[in-house]
Amino acid sequence: MQHGVALIPSCRSLTFLALAWLLLVLATMHVSTPPATAADSEGTRTLLVQAQPAAPSPAPQPSLLILPINRAKFLAGARFDFRVEANHLPVKPTAWEVTIAGKTPEAFFGTQGQVTNTSDHSQEQTFRDVTLAEPGTYKVSAKAVAGETTLISTVEYDVVLTKPLARQAKNVILFIGDGMSLPFRTAARIVSRGLQEGKYRSMLEMDDMDYYAVVTTSGMESIATDSANSASAYATGHKSVVNALGVYPDNTKDPKDDPRVETIGELVKRTRNMAVGLVTTAEIQDATPAAMFVHTRHRLEYLAIMDQYLNPSQSADVIMGGGSASLLPQSTAGSRRKDNRNLFKEFETKGYHVVTTRTELRATSAPDKLLGLFHLGNMNVYLDKAVLKKADVLKQFTDQPLLWEMTEKALDIHGKHANGFFLMVEGGLIDKQAHPLDWQRAVWDTIELDKAVGVAKKWAMAQGDNTLIIVVADHAHSLSITGTYWEGDGKKGREAVRIYGEAKFPDYQDTDGDGFPEKVDVSRPLAIHWANHPDYYENYKVLQEPLSPTVKEGEKWVANKQRAGDGELQTGNLPSSENNAVHTVEDVPLTASGPGAEQFHKVMDNTEVFFAIVNALGLDARQGTSPFIATR
Amino acid sequence: MKVSLGLAVVAIVLTLAALSLGLRGAAVGHAPTLQFAEFYQGGGARGLILSDKLVALHGQRVVMAGFMAPPLKPALDFFVLTRVPLALCPFCASDAQWPEDIVFVRLPPGQTLTPTSALLQVVGRLEVGTKTDTATGFVSLVRIDAERVTALR
Repeated sequence: MQHGVALIPSCRSLTFLALAWLLLVLATMHVSTPPATAADSEGTRTLLVQAQPAAPSPAPQPSLLILPINRAKFLAGARFDFRVEANHLPVKPTAWEVTIAGKTPEAFFGTQGQVTNTSDHSQEQTFRDVTLAEPGTYKVSAKAVAGETTLISTVEYDVVLTKPLARQAKNVILFIGDGMSLPFRTAARIVSRGLQEGKYRSMLEMDDMDYYAVVTTSGMESIATDSANSASAYATGHKSVVNALGVYPDNTKDPKDDPRVETIGELVKRTRNMAVGLVTTAEIQDATPAAMFVHTRHRLEYLAIMDQYLNPSQSADVIMGGGSASLLPQSTAGSRRKDNRNLFKEFETKGYHVVTTRTELRATSAPDKLLGLFHLGNMNVYLDKAVLKKADVLKQFTDQPLLWEMTEKALDIHGKHANGFFLMVEGGLIDKQAHPLDWQRAVWDTIELDKAVGVAKKWAMAQGDNTLIIVVADHAHSLSITGTYWEGDGKKGREAVRIYGEAKFPDYQDTDGDGFPEKVDVSRPLAIHWANHPDYYENYKVLQEPLSPTVKEGEKWVANKQRAGDGELQTGNLPSSENNAVHTVEDVPLTASGPGAEQFHKVMDNTEVFFAIVNALGLDARQGTSPFIATR
Repeated sequence: MKVSLGLAVVAIVLTLAALSLGLRGAAVGHAPTLQFAEFYQGGGARGLILSDKLVALHGQRVVMAGFMAPPLKPALDFFVLTRVPLALCPFCASDAQWPEDIVFVRLPPGQTLTPTSALLQVVGRLEVGTKTDTATGFVSLVRIDAERVTALR
């Protein structure tokens, strides 16, 4: 029976409602008025005294910023944009001096820069597509005088050649488990491999590698990062800020004009004409795959990212994942474009073989260039596409490949390339299921990624062990394994969380040896908790479809009763403006095998992953002539 | 204090009166029900195929049930109706990442709506075909010009 409230009443009822709420507000104001003081005893006007005006934010101080930033490290010959900007000046500068190693930038770079004034209170000087060709330490100084204000800034750059290693890699495969911090790997190992009297029956493919390191994740502006900033560090060797890909952030609103740093995709194509592959379960425009090639201050500029993927210097040879909505002309149902360009056709014109289903992917041999788009948006997670298979969840997308099948096809194609390849494979939905606190979907996707690692290891050994394989997360999530959950004695909810010795072992069983337990909803699953979360309901069971943990009530996000509403409310510990769990700041694990893997053996800054990759390949960035293609 | 309580009582009475009028407003009548699962009859990554039912209902009065997507502002003269409640996360999704089965619901001129998490029933005239909303720039495929929006639970 409908027992609802009419949210759009007739005009007459609207008038009543308005009057009613006006009266209610007046009544509330009276009730909440504190006792009047002698000084303000004239009724409701005291409310004005009560009102706390927001503290005025302090006026921004004048600043002088040099980009790239202090302690930036460069591969000698890598391309970048150099920019100095003075902000929040009282007046326009009357004096402006910049030196690099004692020379003017014009003399040093051999090119003319551009001076601009983004606002009446700023000045910028930008040199596009420059390089530091010789290794060494470079001191960069800038000075701006504006009225009474004199600003001085000095930074130092470290420019390096690749380190010679005992063995060089012909190829590099970089696996990124998005948000896959250590507990995800442990949970995947428990679920996939199981234990017998405390010893794992076997280790994950990503465990069974030769070297182990721990990687930091923070960006230049904050300890907490996102997948754009963190993947960009792996792809460029430079820190940046949340939402940024292959750029340092400047003071303009345009996300496409920020000073760029060369990406690994551009670098290996420019210097050595290697093949590049991007394989993900997320949309191909998502931050992690995009970071390998793209320059933008704003990761959600999907249409602009597609334009960059079509630039010859930013084109991967193999692109697989979801996100076809950004390629379809606006007139096609499912499109997210705002024009009628058909990017499927544009890729086909450029020689790409296009597939859109698992069946088509399997039927494809090994074309030189492959575009595989298997979903309008993100692909479905393993649990939905391969186990639960609910029609409401999969909709029209009932024929999606698995991540290891996509990886295998990418290797078939890249293996033919004489100059070697750089392949990035992302378990992109681990993070996208960790945000809504759906640990089962995240962990089953961790196992899916692990099977892709197994495919790559086997392939690399068959080729003579000439490939560096790295498995790493880009940032952490707050998942933690408390013990197990068991209702066998009639307890439910938190009372059924089994800890220490009572936890025993979960009863996942993988009898067919495919790496996945046959049953998802076992009688004693893991008991997982999250360190940060909004209000949400937890019943420790598998959700039959992915659902948001929160819904919006007024200005706040509150627990969604449609999702595990029979469980217990977990009172949120994040601001009520947050509707999902957020990334955490802990370091993340990295494992590696193959030539160059010995570089990964300690606590490393995330930018050092880039340098380890270029060392393994022995790249000389001073080779090759094709510079950046303008992305404006 | 007495005045305050009196005002509150009057307000509650007026609210009940208003709600009662709303419930007695335009009836659902014989408008056919349309479900999200009935939007498409095939297709895939190269685009979806609109279902015969959806196309046939273009211009007709329909009834749909769904949830209001997280709104863009506190008072709405339009909203996006979705199959399940959404909470798009700013770092893993964007407004460019709506699911393909959504309905752009326009409210009658001059009427606004407060954001709600309730299951909603929308009655109104269905419009099918790509269109860009001039005010918001929002591109939609399926729209309803609502005559009535009711909270079901």
